[in-house]
Parts: sequence; structure tokens; C-alpha cells
Amino acid sequence: MNTVTENEEKSSTAILNQPSRMRKYVAAFLPPIILGAGVIGLWYYITFGVLAEKRRFLLRPIHSVIDVGFLDGDNRTESLNALWSSTEVALIGLSISIGLGFVLAILMSQAKFLERAIFPYMVTLQAIPILAIVPLISFWFGTGQTSRVVVCVIISLFPIIVNTLFGLQSAEKGMHDLFTLHHANRFTRLRKLMFPAALPAIFAGLRISAGLSVIGAIVGDFFFGKGEAGIGQMLKKHANRLNGEELLACVILSSALGVVVFWIFGVIQNKAVGRWHEANSATS
Amino acid sequence: MNTNLNTSSSLSFDDIGMIFPDGTEALRNISFELSKGEFVTIVGPSGCGKSTLLKIASGLLEPTNGSVEVDRERLGYVFQDATLLPWRTVSKNVELLAELHGIDPQERKQLVEESIELVNLEGFENHYPKSLSGGMKMRCSLARSLTLKPPLFLFDEPFGAVDEITREKLNEDTQQLFKQEGFAGLFITHSISEAVFMSTKVLVMSARPGRIVDEFDIPFDYPRKPDLRFNADFAELCGKVSVALRGSHS
Repeated sequence: MNTVTENEEKSSTAILNQPSRMRKYVAAFLPPIILGAGVIGLWYYITFGVLAEKRRFLLRPIHSVIDVGFLDGDNRTESLNALWSSTEVALIGLSISIGLGFVLAILMSQAKFLERAIFPYMVTLQAIPILAIVPLISFWFGTGQTSRVVVCVIISLFPIIVNTLFGLQSAEKGMHDLFTLHHANRFTRLRKLMFPAALPAIFAGLRISAGLSVIGAIVGDFFFGKGEAGIGQMLKKHANRLNGEELLACVILSSALGVVVFWIFGVIQNKAVGRWHEANSATS
Repeated sequence: MNTNLNTSSSLSFDDIGMIFPDGTEALRNISFELSKGEFVTIVGPSGCGKSTLLKIASGLLEPTNGSVEVDRERLGYVFQDATLLPWRTVSKNVELLAELHGIDPQERKQLVEESIELVNLEGFENHYPKSLSGGMKMRCSLARSLTLKPPLFLFDEPFGAVDEITREKLNEDTQQLFKQEGFAGLFITHSISEAVFMSTKVLVMSARPGRIVDEFDIPFDYPRKPDLRFNADFAELCGKVSVALRGSHS
């Protein structure tokens, strides 16, 4: 057999050519930096230009938020402890959601009958407003960490199930035919075809759920404050005391936690599927 | 359905008919045999049931009438798409079928090397499918089946999506592999010159319901050189197949 034609090789290297790294970074980071600077400017304008001095507690200037909220030793220790408590709840909740979500999605992918049986209840669970079941959760699980984790799971479970199931069902028919032709059993098909094919969708779900698990942990903490105080309790306390700086610091910390979790899963996603997945570029 | 062959034929269709649940009659009275050393191509208009026949041969579909005799243990099957797993590199894709058949890793490695060499993809072993051209994907798909050293190769319009030059090159390479590896080949296409260039025999299928309406023995010796396409006898045979195809279509 002769060599691969020049044509074939050319088109292959053309696909491999990427824009330069520097340009990529500038294109990725410059727009959010510009927008961020604009937001800070607007913030100062509102604090000093719009709000009268006695109403400035509503939006403290950013340097004073940093001073009081982050640089003050006592406040910082208190906030970081609260952040850690909420992170713990988010991680436990997310782990449970991932485990439960995977098992349910795999079961549903193996039999249409199970999908039909389970799916409507998952949609129902997703549709329940958390506020409506807060009394029930405290009735069953108390007002401590368990209840906070339950809220976290209820909020973060659905995207994992939906995305994992969608991913498991996404392998093309031709690929399934290939496995059928070569007598692959159910487990081999799941391991070598369906699961790897599902990875991009699974990670999309994980990133959504990771963000939701942080929201779940904070919402849970807001309602169920027994034991170690989390960010939710801090928010409540500072809002009641009109501590503008501390309140904003807690808001920044909680959104930073969400962003970090989202980013971590983006990095893992890039490591896991970035090399082969066509659509997986500039996502982290 | 009998899947044990006790004759010299690699594949034998006996009065195959196929009516789909929606009432569409795809195939009617298809009977022919394919032996080792034969490369038979079926040409026919789009939608005439060619691919359905191949799916019946492979066991992906059960015919509603007739029977097929074939040994499916190590079947080579090349799909319309390359059906490469995007998360596997070229060499891991080529290794897949050997893996599914439980061949031990040491032997697998050697089979993969040999197959990649046969289709001339050396140097691309660690590339992912997304960085391959259409022609290279098809080569990778061919190599994947070659690891099983299949006695029977089924080709379901594999080169329909590549450009003309690449297609001709793949045709030349396929007939060379056929000669070298000695498998029996059943090839589906709607390109007449592709059919005549590669095959020992061309069968013409009518529009739906698909029936075999004509057959042509192709006398040229292997390996066939690219300039065979400019030979007068080649052109005449292509013309005859074309007339038969038009006749079946009207």
C-alpha cells in the first residue's frame, strides 16, 4: 500500500494549527477585566456620587469592604470559619449528589422502563421550592448539618442525573452497532462506549451542580443554623446588624467559593476530555 | 438462521426478503453466494436496500424471509462513517475489536502495529480522530477490522464521504489489501467506477424493493493499477453496468 496522500496529511495538520497562546490569553481575560474595572467604577460612583452620607451603609466603598471584611483579623477568622463550614456542606452534598446521580442515571440508561419510572419523580423533586419543604426537612433531620446537606443534595442532584443520562444515551447508533457486531456485553458497552461518550455531558452537569451545591449549602445554612455557623448564618447576622462591609465580604466570599468550585471542575474537565472532545475549548 | 458454514462459501443468501414493520418492502428474492477470493460489489440507487442487505449479512437485522449462512465470529465491517471512538487515539481505536474479542494485550499490540502499517497510518498512532482527515479516519476504521484477520469483510459505502482523489486512492489500497489478505469482500456503493475497479463481480440492484437484476464478472488481474480506469475495456464495462442500473431504475 502506498503512503498517505499529501492531501490527507495537509488537511490533518491544518486542523492541528492553533492560534498563538498569548493572543488566546488576551482574548480570554481582557474582556472580563475591562468589565470588572467598569463595575468597580460604578460601585464608587454609587457610594459617593448617588448615596447621601448617612445612607452609605447600603453600599460601602470597596476599599472599606476589604479593610473591615477581609483585613480585620477577627472578622476574617470568623468569615473563613463560616466559609469552611459551608464548603464542607457543599462538598458532602455534592459527593452524595454525584454518587446518587450516577447510580440513577446508569440505571435509567440500562432500561427504558426504569427511565420512565424514575424520571417523573426526579422532575418533581427538582420542581419543589426549597422554602416549601424547609419545615419538613427540619422535622425529619433536625436543624443541624444533616439538614443543610439535604438541601444541598436536593438542589444539586437534578443536573447530574439529566446530564449523565443524556451523555450515556449520546453514543451514535453506528458505534453501538459496532459493539453489537463484536458481541460486547452490557457492562463492556457501558464501560468502553457509553461512559466515555458521556464524559463531556457529565462534566457539563458537574459544573452546574458544583455551583448549585454552594448555593444549596448557603441556603441550607440560612435556614438550619444549629452547630457551626456557615456563610448563610453570617449573612443573616450581618444583615440584621446593618454591618455593610461584613455583609458584602460574605457575599464576595460565597460567590468566590462558587467560582472556585466551577473553575476546579472546568480544569478537571479539560484534563479528562479536552484532548479529544471537539467542542471542548476555552471552557475553563 | 444457520450461522455455520459447511460449504466453501463465506456468505450465502438464500431467497432473502425484508419487509419493515411500517410495511416498506426493502428486499425481495435475494440469492447469491460469496466465496473466499471473491470481492463482490453491489451497486444500486439510493434507498434500494443495499445497506439493509449488509445489516442482514452481519446479523444486525433479521430478514423477514429466507436465510443467510455466514460465520460471524470474526467479521470485518466498515461502516459509512468511520465510527471511531473520539476519546481513543488511532492505535487505541485500532485495538478496540481485538480488545472486545479478548485477545491478550501482547498479541493485540502486535496486531495493531501490523494493521496500522497495512493501511499506512504509521506516525499517527497517538493522534485523536478529531485531528484526522476523512480519508485517514477511514483507514483507521479499516485497520481496526484488519486486526481480527477477518475471513469476510463487509463494506457499507465506506468511501462515500471523501473527496474523489482520496476515494480513488482508498479504492486502490482496498483492492491491494483484498489481494494481500485474501478475505472475501462484499462492498456496497453507488459509484460504478469504484465497483468495477475493485471487484471480481458486480451485482446490480433494482430500486425498492431491491432485487439483483444483473451481474457482471470483472476479468482484470490483481493488483490493479490506477491507470486501469483509462482502459477501454474498463470504460466499456462501466458503461454496461450503467445501462443495467438505468434499466433497473426506470
